[in-house]
Amino acid sequence: MKKNQFIEKLIHGIFLLLGLITVGCVLLITVYLVISGIPAIKEIGFVDFLFGKEWASTASEPKYGILPFILTSIYGTAGAIIIGVPVGFMTAVYLSKMASPKVKSVMQAAVSLLAGIPSVVYGLVGMLVLVPGIRKVFNVPDGASLLAAIIVLAIMILPSIIKMSITALDAVPKEYEDASLALGATPIETYFKVSVPAAKSGIAAAVVLGVGRAIGEAMAVMMVAGNVPNMPDSLFQSVRFLTTAVSSEMSYSSGLQRQALFSIALVLFLFIMLINVTLNFFLKREKE
Amino acid sequence: MLNQSLSPKRKRYEMTMKALMLVSAGLTAALVLFLLVYVLSQGIPNITWELLSTKPSYLTERIGILPDILNTVYIVLATLVIVLPLGVGAAIYLTEYASNKKMVALIEYAAETLSGIPSIIYGLVGMLLFSNSMGTCLMAGALTLVIMNLPTIMRTTQESLKTVPQSYREGAFGLGAGKWRVVRTVVLPGCVDGVITGCILSVGRILGESAALLFTAGFAHAVNGLITGLTAPGATLTVALYVYAKEQGEFGVAFAIAAILMVLTVIINFAATLVQKHFAKRRSI
Repeated sequence: MKKNQFIEKLIHGIFLLLGLITVGCVLLITVYLVISGIPAIKEIGFVDFLFGKEWASTASEPKYGILPFILTSIYGTAGAIIIGVPVGFMTAVYLSKMASPKVKSVMQAAVSLLAGIPSVVYGLVGMLVLVPGIRKVFNVPDGASLLAAIIVLAIMILPSIIKMSITALDAVPKEYEDASLALGATPIETYFKVSVPAAKSGIAAAVVLGVGRAIGEAMAVMMVAGNVPNMPDSLFQSVRFLTTAVSSEMSYSSGLQRQALFSIALVLFLFIMLINVTLNFFLKREKE
Repeated sequence: MLNQSLSPKRKRYEMTMKALMLVSAGLTAALVLFLLVYVLSQGIPNITWELLSTKPSYLTERIGILPDILNTVYIVLATLVIVLPLGVGAAIYLTEYASNKKMVALIEYAAETLSGIPSIIYGLVGMLLFSNSMGTCLMAGALTLVIMNLPTIMRTTQESLKTVPQSYREGAFGLGAGKWRVVRTVVLPGCVDGVITGCILSVGRILGESAALLFTAGFAHAVNGLITGLTAPGATLTVALYVYAKEQGEFGVAFAIAAILMVLTVIINFAATLVQKHFAKRRSI
């Protein structure tokens, strides 16, 4: 009997350890990023690093200012949200409320496919369709630009926004809509003035999720944004994002340059953590 | 009709909203269709038996993607073998063992955080954690992917565990079974569908992953067996696509790989839906 109890306790302990692995991973990632990210920030100086306007890591007098990357990431994400959210939101309302079950299931499969396409494939199509297209339409010397990245990101965040909004809209109690219809509102008025406000926490969560996806995307952006560390002054400028700043120099970097790349990753990580907290706030409200 | 009795303002609102919805949905559908048709039409003509069955050769100046295909298979296998026990174990702890609500909340919060971290950060941390100690190799890439896919396996397993009726557990306890025996004989068989769904989703994610592998698994193209393959650097299909398109300008090969990835994505999505439907039907009987 005692032996049995011992085995039960042992197994309980093993499962507890397995359960705590995720917590361990998060701690490990945070600690590693902080430890490897801090030294360069200290050496370059906090203000010079975050607000320096010039990045020239391989110059004889290297400069490590990441303001161009931060602004590019913010502008790029904002642009993707401005294009992606209205399209995604409207599609979600249509699919959740108006579309026939058949159309809905086919479209949901299509949206899942959009979510499953690897980001390098988006990058490839962007490189060969979007970049030359922008060059021709706007008559600029190079189409690899902020605009190209914004369009690719807008497409890539569509599935997250559509899926999450549909879940929120589907969960709106039927009674709300019935009451509105009985009072004489048309179906479309009901969708937008009753169902959407009732699902607003979920839709807000969908937007935040989209922000997280857009700010964290690296490969597709790397292939279409041109990767020159310019300040993002115009839509047609070749720019570098926080994510691509890390990946484009990592393979040949060393010394302070390498450490500075870790610091960029730390900044990106802090952005993501902020977004996660916001996302959780909206998700919790949606549950209530 | 109802519509005729509406004021012009309301009618206009009605028309605008309807048009916006249809245009948006149409745009989304057109986008998917365009991507599918474009990638397949550009890629499939470039897929030849030679491309699939050889490695790149400088002598004959041709590119083969056999090593990349093998590397992808190895990395998928290695990742799944490691992540499955961890993810399933964590899910079992959460649904069967954990009695402390704060602990459950902490673990679930950590899992959500993990699924929000972008892959480039995983790549960087994986490089620091694994590649610096064991060298750039497929195994380092696989270990990085294990952390990435842990939340997926955990969530799908947890969801299927929640559908195992409480009465099954009570019945087993009532017959005198210990906790571990109940977990082994009653709970584990009940979560098969969650595990399978989780595997399919993870395979999809691994196939599509590139940023996390670039600095952990490297980009060599050598044909190896499973064991040597895991300890050697190697590119998966997505990484190879990136290198061929961005660094070497070999768009024909890149599109061939893209078409292969596209077909695999369609198959994986289809399989995931099928599995979910199959188990939902069985459960309702």
